[in-house]
Amino acid sequence: MMNLIAKPSKANIKTYVPIGLFFVSLSFLDVFVNAFFNLNLMGFLPSKLNYFLPLILGFIGFYLIRIEFSGVRFLDVLNKNINSNNLNAILTLFTIFIIIKSIPPMLDWFILEANFAGNSKDDCTGDGACWVFIKVWFNRFMYGLYPDAEQWRINTAFLILFAIVGISFFVSEKLKKYFILFLVFVFPFLGIKLISGGSFGLEYVESAAWGGLSLTFIISAFAILFCFPIGVILALGRRSSLPAIKYISIGFIELWRGVPLITVLFMSAVMFPMFLPDGTFIDKLIRVLIAITLFEAAYMAEVVRGGLQALPKGQYEAAKSLGMGYWRMNALIILPQALKLVIPGIANTLLALVKDTPLIFVVGLMELAGMIGLAKTNPKWLGMAMEGYVFAGLVFWVICYAMSRYSQNLEKKLSTER
Amino acid sequence: MSKIIELKNVNKWFDKFQVLKDIDLDVAPQEKIVICGPSGSGKSTLIRCINRLEEHQEGNIIVDGTELSESTKNIEKIRAEVGMVFQQFNLFPHLSILDNCSLAPIWVKKLPKKQAEEIAMNNLKRVQIDDQALKFPGQLSGGQQQRAAIARALCMEPKIMLFDEPTSALDPEMIKEVLDVMVDLAKGGMTMIVVTHEMGFAKEVADYMIFMDEGKIVERAKTKEFFENPKSERTKLFLSQIL
Ligand SMILES: Nc1ncnc2c1ncn2[C@@H]1O[C@H](COP(=O)(O)OP(=O)(O)OP(=O)(O)O)[C@@H](O)[C@H]1O
Ligand SMILES: [Mg+2]
Repeated sequence: MMNLIAKPSKANIKTYVPIGLFFVSLSFLDVFVNAFFNLNLMGFLPSKLNYFLPLILGFIGFYLIRIEFSGVRFLDVLNKNINSNNLNAILTLFTIFIIIKSIPPMLDWFILEANFAGNSKDDCTGDGACWVFIKVWFNRFMYGLYPDAEQWRINTAFLILFAIVGISFFVSEKLKKYFILFLVFVFPFLGIKLISGGSFGLEYVESAAWGGLSLTFIISAFAILFCFPIGVILALGRRSSLPAIKYISIGFIELWRGVPLITVLFMSAVMFPMFLPDGTFIDKLIRVLIAITLFEAAYMAEVVRGGLQALPKGQYEAAKSLGMGYWRMNALIILPQALKLVIPGIANTLLALVKDTPLIFVVGLMELAGMIGLAKTNPKWLGMAMEGYVFAGLVFWVICYAMSRYSQNLEKKLSTER
Repeated sequence: MSKIIELKNVNKWFDKFQVLKDIDLDVAPQEKIVICGPSGSGKSTLIRCINRLEEHQEGNIIVDGTELSESTKNIEKIRAEVGMVFQQFNLFPHLSILDNCSLAPIWVKKLPKKQAEEIAMNNLKRVQIDDQALKFPGQLSGGQQQRAAIARALCMEPKIMLFDEPTSALDPEMIKEVLDVMVDLAKGGMTMIVVTHEMGFAKEVADYMIFMDEGKIVERAKTKEFFENPKSERTKLFLSQIL
């Protein structure tokens, strides 16, 4: 009798694995048909047993296939990662059950019962999401209150940007340098001129009208562009041997890190103008940009400092002993290594920056999430918050995921410990 | 005879702890000096003062006619003339061996890239790792890394080379390949100050031996005399332990 339930091992692999896999499949199948077709295959069993049956079947199945060093690659990987012991097997089962169970309602809401046709809320008769809302407001979500007739300017600016970035992947290393210089030092100002207008026969569009996803991009891009070098300088300053520079850097970093961004933004919009001499005026968007940039630069500085501290002293000494001065040593030896070390931290800070942009609503600027917030309070479109924020969430996720992947690739590319 | 390095009455403290005590030292061009002594005696500190990786508080250090002091503006110029090889190699891990060697000539001496790389390849050939030029430091053995570090220093075409225990982080089978390179360099007429406990190497190349203890130069003598007839008891004891 004991032999009947011998421990799964290489000896009985031929019988145990097929049986085990059969049990596991049975358990998944039961949950699957239940979730998708509302069928209860085992309905004839007593209700408690019926309820737990998939778990029991799956558990037995997983037990039977848990054979150490089976020699079958698939089985070894599976056992090692999701079936290493009984508790692990149960957690795996639960996770898979929850995923299977949640697919049908999600599918219903997002697609099957969702409404795509029409152009008003009344066209949304199905139980699912009312994507009509997004469709009707799409233009606003992308461009804010920017006049329709002028939107080609934003499109052109971004097209040029993508074109330059695209082409730069295919040109030689030498040319690439000029592409990057152009992107960093010329394009931002060219692009802003194109979008704001006021000269070259372009109609002036005040920044209060900018908004939507394009504003998310503009703010993120500028803040990233400026916060990075400022952060590096602050990090170097904090480690400077000159007390004045050191304490100014520390003071700056700790000041900005200690205040919530929302407060900083509010002050930039409301309090800052009070300190300006009469008659001077700085555009609200620019004030906000400066605020976000300095705020994120303080975080960037601490991330970079982490990298600087991780470098062994010998790197500084070797650079010095070759006759390099402070700036050459940092630019050629220290920063390339320190920054490479902290790419994950830099990516983290920049992702946070992008996701912080919606906070500019406190000063009346509306990027993507802000526009959605505005649209959902429109009397004709009440009750669309879910659709709006799911949409915003997806868009932000795509942006941030792309950035995250890029940073991972960069890390791999720069790794020399092959 | 003119001196290329002169130390007069040099004193140095780390906080209250005195590491160097009344150091006097002259080195003529093309001379080879080997410094030995027990751990903590101040050998590293002494040679690091010569390219001012450490600052001394009292006395004078004159390198190639320039006195090193607080106000030395062109310390970088002197460092470019004084090559240094470290115990831990300190190669730049983010650069290939070739770039490690050509970087400073390009950015400090402002040589054109092509010329700098030519010099780099010549020096890599000299230390016999020209076939590793495009690899990164992490892909080389310890001995190869140290030879690359020597080549890197040589690319600046220094007048003086300082070595701080260049072989003590190496496995025994790699020590010889590095010492061979150093012997070769010595025969080429380089001015060298070497901190090492490789007495075979010292006997072969050193003009003078220096024995340090507790921050003082206890004995300075011609190599032959130093080994055959050391004067101080402290030196005798040390030699008996190490030989
Ligand atoms: N940065 C420092 N701060 C304080 N004390 C130091 C510092 N560097 C070295 N010392 C001390 O100075 C003394 C001399 O150090 P040094 O490194 O010059 O010795 P060494 O002769 O090279 O020894 P070893 O053979 O172990 O390398 C030691 O007692 C050491 O602890
Ligand atoms: Mg030492």
